[in-house]
Order: sequence, then C-alpha cells, then structure tokens
Amino acid sequence: MYRILRRSELASNIDLLEIEAADVARKAKPGQFVILNLHEKGERIPLTLSGIDEEKRTVTLVFCEVGKTSKQLGQMVEGDFIPHLAGPLGNPSEIKHFGRVLCVGGGVMIAPLYFQASALKKAGNKVVAVIGARNKDLLIYEREFEKLCDEIYVATDDGSKGFQGLDFLKELLKGSKIDRVVAMGPTIMMKTLSEITKPFGVKTIVALMPVMVDGMGMCGACRVTVGGDTKFGCLDGPEFDGHLVDFDELVNRQMMYLPEERMALLMHRESGGCGK
Amino acid sequence: MKKLARTPMSKQDPKERIHNFSEVALGYDEKSAVIEAERCLGCPNPQCVKGCPVGVDIPAFIRYIKQRKFAEAIHTVKEKNSLPAICGRVCPQEVQCQEQCVLGRAKGDPTSIGGLERFVADWELRNGVGVPSKIASNGARVAVIGSGPSGLTVAADLAKLGYEIMIFEALHIPGGVLVYGIPEFRLPKKIVEAEVRYVEKLGATIKTDVMIGKLHTIEDLFNDGFDAVFIGTGAGLPQFMKIPGENLGGVYSANEFLIRVNLMAGYAFPSYDTPIRVGKKVAVIGGGNVAMDSARSALRLGAEEVAVIYRRSREEMPARREELENAEEEGIELELLTNPSRFIGDAHGCVGGIECIRMQLGEPDESGRRRPTPVKGSEFKMDMDTVIVAIGRYPNPLIQATTPQLKTTKWGTLIVDPATGRTSMDGAYAGGDIVTGEATVISAMGAGKIAARSIHDFLTRKTHIARQ
Repeated sequence: MYRILRRSELASNIDLLEIEAADVARKAKPGQFVILNLHEKGERIPLTLSGIDEEKRTVTLVFCEVGKTSKQLGQMVEGDFIPHLAGPLGNPSEIKHFGRVLCVGGGVMIAPLYFQASALKKAGNKVVAVIGARNKDLLIYEREFEKLCDEIYVATDDGSKGFQGLDFLKELLKGSKIDRVVAMGPTIMMKTLSEITKPFGVKTIVALMPVMVDGMGMCGACRVTVGGDTKFGCLDGPEFDGHLVDFDELVNRQMMYLPEERMALLMHRESGGCGK
Repeated sequence: MKKLARTPMSKQDPKERIHNFSEVALGYDEKSAVIEAERCLGCPNPQCVKGCPVGVDIPAFIRYIKQRKFAEAIHTVKEKNSLPAICGRVCPQEVQCQEQCVLGRAKGDPTSIGGLERFVADWELRNGVGVPSKIASNGARVAVIGSGPSGLTVAADLAKLGYEIMIFEALHIPGGVLVYGIPEFRLPKKIVEAEVRYVEKLGATIKTDVMIGKLHTIEDLFNDGFDAVFIGTGAGLPQFMKIPGENLGGVYSANEFLIRVNLMAGYAFPSYDTPIRVGKKVAVIGGGNVAMDSARSALRLGAEEVAVIYRRSREEMPARREELENAEEEGIELELLTNPSRFIGDAHGCVGGIECIRMQLGEPDESGRRRPTPVKGSEFKMDMDTVIVAIGRYPNPLIQATTPQLKTTKWGTLIVDPATGRTSMDGAYAGGDIVTGEATVISAMGAGKIAARSIHDFLTRKTHIARQ
C-alpha cells in the first residue's frame, strides 16, 4: 500500500500526487514510469515519474484527469492509499553532458520533463526550455522552469500565451546551436517537433506513451516501429529517436480503445463519479 | 475383469459453454471418482509414477480413493505436489503418468489419474484445507522470483523445511501464467487463489508489484540478507511473426489478449475497467495450448467465426488433444498447412484481412517434426478483423540485463545444471520456462522441486561450514 502524502491541483483537471514509495524512490530515475492499479476491478495505468524525494522516500506523479481511472485517482486525498504501484519501469533518460539541450514539454508531460531537465542541468548542460499547453490556463511548471533554465519559451495551441504552435522553433534552431532535443508531450506534438528538427540534423529524443497493459514486456501492446523495426515501448523505451519513429502508426494504435475509454468515462460520470 | 473404458467426466455442453467463461470440465463426483479409482490395477511396480515429474505416489492416493479415504488421498498427493487442483486440471497427463499406465498399454483407456487428482484436490477445497503444523524457522532466507508454478513449488517445499520465504511477483496478483495465461474456463482463478493461499499458509510471504531486475537486482537481494535466490520468471515476452502489417490495430499478441481477458477480467468490461475488443472474424496463429486458449476465449467474447491458422498438420499441433477436441467441439475451425505472409489494413489502420500461403511438409527438422515449406503460387486472402499471434514466448530479459553474472543461451534462457537448477551465479537457482523456454506447468513444478532440494543442500552445507 502506498500512502498519498500530498495532493495539489496544478490546473483544471491536472493534479499532483506525492506518494510514499521508499523502494521506488531509491531506484527511480528521470524518464522512467510506474504502473498504478487502484482497486481489484481496476486497470493498470502507466504514469511517467515527475520527481522523487529520496529523503522523504516519495515519488511525485502529475496526471491529467482524462479517463475513468485518472478521474478516480484525482478524487483520492491525502492519507489515502494506492494499493498497487509497480516501478520504476522503462529505461531512464540518457543524462550526460551534451552541451546545449532544448527541452520541449507539452501538457501534463511538462512535469516529468522538469524532472529530466533538472538532471540535465545538474550534468552541466545549458537547458533551453519550451513548454506548451492548449491554452494559458493549462500551463504548468512555468515558474519552476524559469528558475531552472537558461532560456524559456512558452507556446500555446490557441496563442493565448507566448507563441502559437511550435513553428517559431525553426527560427530558434537557425539562430542558435542546439546539441540535443528532448521532448515529452502529446504524440502529435512530438511528431511535429521531430519534423521541425529533422532538417537541422539535431538528435531528437521523444518519450512515447503507447498503450500498455502490464508495462513489463509481456503484452506487446506498446509496440512501436522505430527505424523499421518493432520495439516495445516498455522494454526498449519509452524514449526513442524521434526521427526514426513511425508516429502515424503510434497514433493509430493509441486510438484503438478510445470508444471503450469514452464509454467507461461516461458510465463513471453517470454513476456519480465514484462507481467501481 | 477391469473395465477397459474410462469413467466419463461431465462437461459443459459446447452450445452453452461458448457463451460463458465457467469451467468446461466439471470434475468427478464421489461416486464416479470411486468407480474410476476401482479401474486402477494398483501395480506393484507402478509405471505411472515414473511419468510424473514430481513423483506423486499415484497408486497410493488412488487406493485411498477406492477406500473413500479422501483426506488421506489428498494428503498423499500433497507430500509431493503442493498445487494438485491446478495440476489435476492443466497437466498433460496423457503424455506423462497416464501414458505409462499399464491399463492403457493393454489397449484400454489408462486410469484418469488427472481426473482423480483433481477430484481429491477439489474435495479438500470444499472440506477445508489442512496445513501441516508450522515448522520452526531455521533462520535461512530464500527469495523466490515469480509466483508461477515453479516459484510456488520452490516456496512450498522450502517453507515446509523451515526456510523463510519471500516471493516477489511483478504483477499485482500472484500466480504468474496461471492467472495471466490460462483462461478461467480451463483453470478458475479461485482455484489458483486457493493454492496460492496454501503456499502462504505454509509460511511463505508474497510481495506483489515488485519487478526484480528493476526495483531490486539479484545482487540487491543477496545484499539484503537472502541466503539463496530462485529465479522462476517464466517466458513472458511475446514473439511476433515479423511480417508486414503486424502493428495494425486489432493484431494482438496472445499474451496481450489473454492478459486483458484473464488477469484483467476484460470479459467483464465495463464492470471491470480493462477493455478487450474482439471482432466478428478472428484468426489465431499457432498450434499450441495458448492458441487454443486464445481461440476459445475469442469465441466466448462473441466472435462469429474463429480460425486457428497453423503451418503444419493437425498431428504436429503441440496443443493437448483434449484442448484441441474441446476447441473443435466449440466450432473453432482449423486452417492447417497454412502460414500468414502479411496482414492487410483497412481504411482505419486496423487489420481487415490476412494473406496466407499454403504449406507442405518436407523432411523432419531439428525438432523432429516435418519441416513446413511454402507451396509456390498458393497465396490466398482471408477476411479477418482480429488477429491473435500465438507462436510462442521468449523469457523476459530484465533480470539477465541487470545480472551479468547469469549465463544465458542465445534464446535468452538461463543456463543451469539440470540436475540441481544451479545457475552460473553462486546461490542463485532457476527453473521453469526461464530455463527451458515455453513448456508446461508440471515441468516447471518438477524443476522447482529439483531446485528446492539443491537450495536446501546448498544452505545446509553453508550453515554447517559457518558453524565450524
């Protein structure tokens, strides 16, 4: 059982949970994820780690309430227990001195990106951050990134804050030397970003979030085509070279269970939001 | 004169059972069990025991059934086998104990040893499970990685000897392949749960959600004070065909399909949260028990047509005959001597069909089975909206990746001394599918028994040396 020590709402439908998990906190690195299961009829959901505190022996998760399980997780309060939390899973992000690293985060994945960017900074890199959201109200971790980074840019889909879209990155890449790009965000954002960076020949690492069931190499639901080969998101990833990923296939596979997910959410809402 | 024909076991009607996930074979009642037990010749030099990987005293437990001493019967089985309700259901007895049965060799049906084992195990579950009185701890600690058949066997055997056992399970429910792989209609979850409880009652502790190789390495376990480690992590990594279109929507590995259905109870969606989608026309690729389990599950989830595509002929199918017959009874079609060459997508990126090629059998290959080769120009298409790839599983590579001391084969299986289960790392033992590649529940249990014995020898020696 894993106790929730702290819960806060970062934006509408975006929550942060700090959870007591001593062993995981001791082993986990940026880029890795955990799998949660909330009750005996529950599903297993992967969430990328947004931080660890070795002293407090906690892990931090930031997630968006999009489906039934994440809604249920969002309804949990400080002192509640999460029955199942397995991890750390997946490979850690590659952290070393690259030089000048462009960190691009979108939506809720800005939080795990901050975990990675902090490690990159600590490894002696200059960190340039681009954080984006659908609109200005959904933007998280802005102040944290301001403190951490040498440069920060904000982008929104609707232009309500900062740049609209990611096109401005072309100018940025033309104007300054970037040694590496790392991205965590919606698949479509990482696809667009990879297309932007490709002509510049700058290595672009993307953190993929394919559908997973076990997250431990057993189901193969998370398979993605990278450079023509089939890889498992959980075992071989979750981070891959964005210039080699077949994003269209990934999006297609991510949509597989959308109708069922919508149905589960709808029924969850109708049952008053606490149905198990 | 002994009856030559076996006492039949009642089964759910195929027309009924394709609409539910309840158990197909219903087991013997007391009367039919005794009648079947009466058929046993009670050979003075029993051949059946030689066919049992864990060496159950088969004539002795059957003799007790004849005398209606069911408690003594199950006690006799459990001296050697801690998971009899599971084994009675899923062991391939027809190629083990029953194959050796003298009755069978005399042109009759062999005694239904599996059916009788299941009967006494179920009898005990109904009447309360006796647990041997608690044995005092001998102070030595053993870590068991994986709670499948080999791990549970090691845990039970060593717990009975007074070892402190900690079982680490990566998933959220213990049981390994018994809960994620084998479907409810062949092995109900409550049976596995009861057998797992028994191992816990013997004194073993189970920790779920712990992925060894990630959260702790084998080295960590020794550093944490475990005196020996048993690795029974099975073969959980699905193989794919590596043909075009395999990543289309609607193409599952058998593992994903069965994990969704079994472990996550996807058949009960939306009451349970994990969905499973099955179309109208389902193709299952492969000829083993996993292929049969997948095909029969698909049927129960509402598929209109289910075809099993296998590249060899019926004779070479590795599935148990009983399961193959059950599948055919239920209306599963077999597309034999056929191999898929590519999966064809529809407008939405989902699978819409399969292109196959007919095969013919040539000379025997290294497995002893005749090698299938494609028949030129025999390509044809089948409309299919769901595909389940059930062509085998490799060992999960996570432990090996973080434990360089462990020697592995080119297939990723661990290299052990078959007589002891000892790996190349001091104090680390292994058994089951992680060593043999995908095999049976009972062979994993047999390997578990061997490893338990060697761990006991190893630790007895070690403590003895320490005391000197």
